[in-house]
Amino acid sequence: MLNRITTIALLAVSMGALAACSGSNTVSTPAPAEAPRIVQPGAPGEDSRAFTGETLDDVAGATFTEADVAFMQGMIPHHQQALEMTALVWKHATNEGVRQMALRMEISQRDEIKMMKQWLTDRGQPLEMPMGDMDGMHAHHNMGGGMHHSMPGMLTPQQMEELANARGMAFDRLFLEGMIQHHQGAIDMVETLFNAPGAAQESTIFKFAEDVDSDQQMEIDRMRGLLRQLR
Amino acid sequence: MRETEIRNQKRYCMKDFAQTWRLGLLMVALLVAAASTGVEAVAQETDTAEPEVVRPQTPVQPNAPALEWDPNDPRIGLAAGWSDAESAIMGLELLAAIPRAEGFFNPEEPTDRRFNNTDLAFQGNRLIQGNYNGFQVIDISNPAGPVYELSVVCPGGQGDVSIYGDLIVMSAQETRGRLDCGIEGVADPISAERMRGVRIFDISDMANPKQVAAVQSCRGSHTHTIVTQPGDTENIYVYIQGTSRVRPGDELPGCSTGNPDENPETALFRIEVVKVPLANPAAAEIVNMPRIFANEQGDIDGLWQGGNHGEGTQRSRITNQCHDITAYPDIGLAGGACSGNGILLDISDPENPRRISEEADPNFAYWHSATFNNDGDVVVFTDEWGGGASPRCRTTDPATWGANAIFRINAEGQMELASYYKIPVPQTDTENCVAHNGSLIPVPGRDIMAQAWYQGGLSLMDFTDPENPFEIAFFDRGPMSADTLYTGGYWSTYWYGGRLYGAEIMRGIDVFKLAPSEHLSEAEIRAAEAVVMDEFNAQLQPKVEWEPSADVAQAYLDQMVRSKRILNSRAQETEQVLGGNASATELDDMAALIEADLMKIEARELGGDAERMRKLAGVLRGMAAQQ
Repeated sequence: MLNRITTIALLAVSMGALAACSGSNTVSTPAPAEAPRIVQPGAPGEDSRAFTGETLDDVAGATFTEADVAFMQGMIPHHQQALEMTALVWKHATNEGVRQMALRMEISQRDEIKMMKQWLTDRGQPLEMPMGDMDGMHAHHNMGGGMHHSMPGMLTPQQMEELANARGMAFDRLFLEGMIQHHQGAIDMVETLFNAPGAAQESTIFKFAEDVDSDQQMEIDRMRGLLRQLR
Repeated sequence: MRETEIRNQKRYCMKDFAQTWRLGLLMVALLVAAASTGVEAVAQETDTAEPEVVRPQTPVQPNAPALEWDPNDPRIGLAAGWSDAESAIMGLELLAAIPRAEGFFNPEEPTDRRFNNTDLAFQGNRLIQGNYNGFQVIDISNPAGPVYELSVVCPGGQGDVSIYGDLIVMSAQETRGRLDCGIEGVADPISAERMRGVRIFDISDMANPKQVAAVQSCRGSHTHTIVTQPGDTENIYVYIQGTSRVRPGDELPGCSTGNPDENPETALFRIEVVKVPLANPAAAEIVNMPRIFANEQGDIDGLWQGGNHGEGTQRSRITNQCHDITAYPDIGLAGGACSGNGILLDISDPENPRRISEEADPNFAYWHSATFNNDGDVVVFTDEWGGGASPRCRTTDPATWGANAIFRINAEGQMELASYYKIPVPQTDTENCVAHNGSLIPVPGRDIMAQAWYQGGLSLMDFTDPENPFEIAFFDRGPMSADTLYTGGYWSTYWYGGRLYGAEIMRGIDVFKLAPSEHLSEAEIRAAEAVVMDEFNAQLQPKVEWEPSADVAQAYLDQMVRSKRILNSRAQETEQVLGGNASATELDDMAALIEADLMKIEARELGGDAERMRKLAGVLRGMAAQQ
């Protein structure tokens, strides 16, 4: 495990190096100021200790784990299905509230997919989960098989087909019900992430997972409100 | 500095060379993966196959005014760059810009969020810079040459800091935070080693800060606020504002989440009040968890329920948390920026804050922070639309979204909306930009706030007339990158000891001084620079009192001349008195003339600025009394 993470870190380093040396990236690499005295306090009541020059590299600390990588890899297809669902909204939705909701989702989920791909790329990780690792995430293969796999809350091919065939207010309802299920799945994925040993320790993924949690909960509340109006 | 830069480049390139083969493999894998995913391609195919598809291009047109700007504004079109971006400046002088220091910076991944700079606090000749990785102490005895004095490693984010006497208080919210300040994180999802809450450090030996208390809370501490009670010299209070996930009760007994109808004990919908006995800060503990959002019926979720305010309005988040609170003990009030609402709290009993009023706003997505004017009859709330990581100052973003809302506070403590303020110039879509933290610049007779707008830069807002705020100075750099949006720019810009300090998330610390302009005279600047504070925390607002001086008098005079609300002859006479070594009698005589004018103004026999005439006369008499 540790070795694997080290390799990953080295790959991430080399990615950074490419940017720094190729000159194609517009970010000019900043030089840090010289380190002052560095200390690390202890637990309450205990003394602090000084860092020496040799241990300076250690201050980077907690990094990402396989569970973090799996979370990102799993959330990408999860978000992509949301985009497939919103694409249907432009064709079939009758309710303006649903259309507005879908547009906001499309914008945010697209941004997040971009961010997740960047996160994985920066760390030298594949954008997709190797099939062999799927069982570890409690995911299952779709009945239709193929390369697609399913994450918690994702609509089955049958559900997607029903949605694609629905029209009028029936579509609006199915969309909202389906998206609530879908979002609840994302919230469950966040829960799974936080329950995985060593996961969500890195600041970027901690914030992203918290944002997914609160944003999607907010959208669920909003969709429930819309559903009540449609009944 | 230059040498370090070159060394760094070299280090990168050597690593690169050694691992070319690995890179090659990786790039191939990435290209394949990228080609097989690509959402936008999928979406486009759908669009072209179904030409009848009607897709709204933007969300419902905001029912809000569009941004207006001067097309000649020098902030438009600034070249991008991390340390070499172009910049534009008006009404300020940049004295120093120092990058983040080694150890609090990841050279392999400069945008590493674990080393983001956050909030600032000040004491004596020291600036305390909060960071996701801990905090740093910077010697500012020469503001034009700030020097890193100490780095304290203690990760946990956001690392917002406050300082009070021998104590530094720091927020920790992330699940990696450790009781022992360790950098390794906490692997176990349930662990006694985890620390989320507020840490208290004893800094009586600044070279060796000692953690004396770690007060754990259910949602951790995103921000916190030191609250004092005038007259109580034995205790301070710390309000904890938690915005993160509630941790399991197995880790911290009593913690549970959920909506109040399902779980009346939920850790949502409250703040925590910590009492810190100054003689024994190790005994700091939570003494109250007030339900400050409760309504008259006793529902603890009594405020904004989340959602928009009608067609074309902003979606405001549900009020189940405060993002930040600014206490102003001298007026007994605190301003709470609490997600879907802005609230005022009576803090005359700091242990039991009591909500006295609340506002919701159709333009606000997320109430983020509050700043009072010095008189305490106006409060500025900021809206962090987009969470601070998004570009929200583009040409298409409304002028009242992601902006400041300025409220008057009436005698009953109710708020009345006066206006909105947003930086009057668009930023690019690779610049995260929205209203953020600021503090007052103590120019007598005026309400001026220096404010951070992330990559939108620093903007000085004059809100003396709350209905008509306007910009009087700015500094802005081009984006860190022309093609990638990084979370950067100013977290906070605060005034301390006559200078402005900007905490740049990625670039380090900037120091400015005010420069005279049509909006700010030399006397006004000198009067502000003369205000001395031993300590400053933006969330614990001090009341400024100006010592009578020729600069303070001249500042009032300059303001009345600028607004054409004083007789020219009177202004000239006063200036002569202030310019020479006037005797006490001469000063008193001048004050008498001003007071005579004041009576005429109040009797409506003369035009003029009654309030400033009164203040001017008071300063002249004060100067006379000093002799």
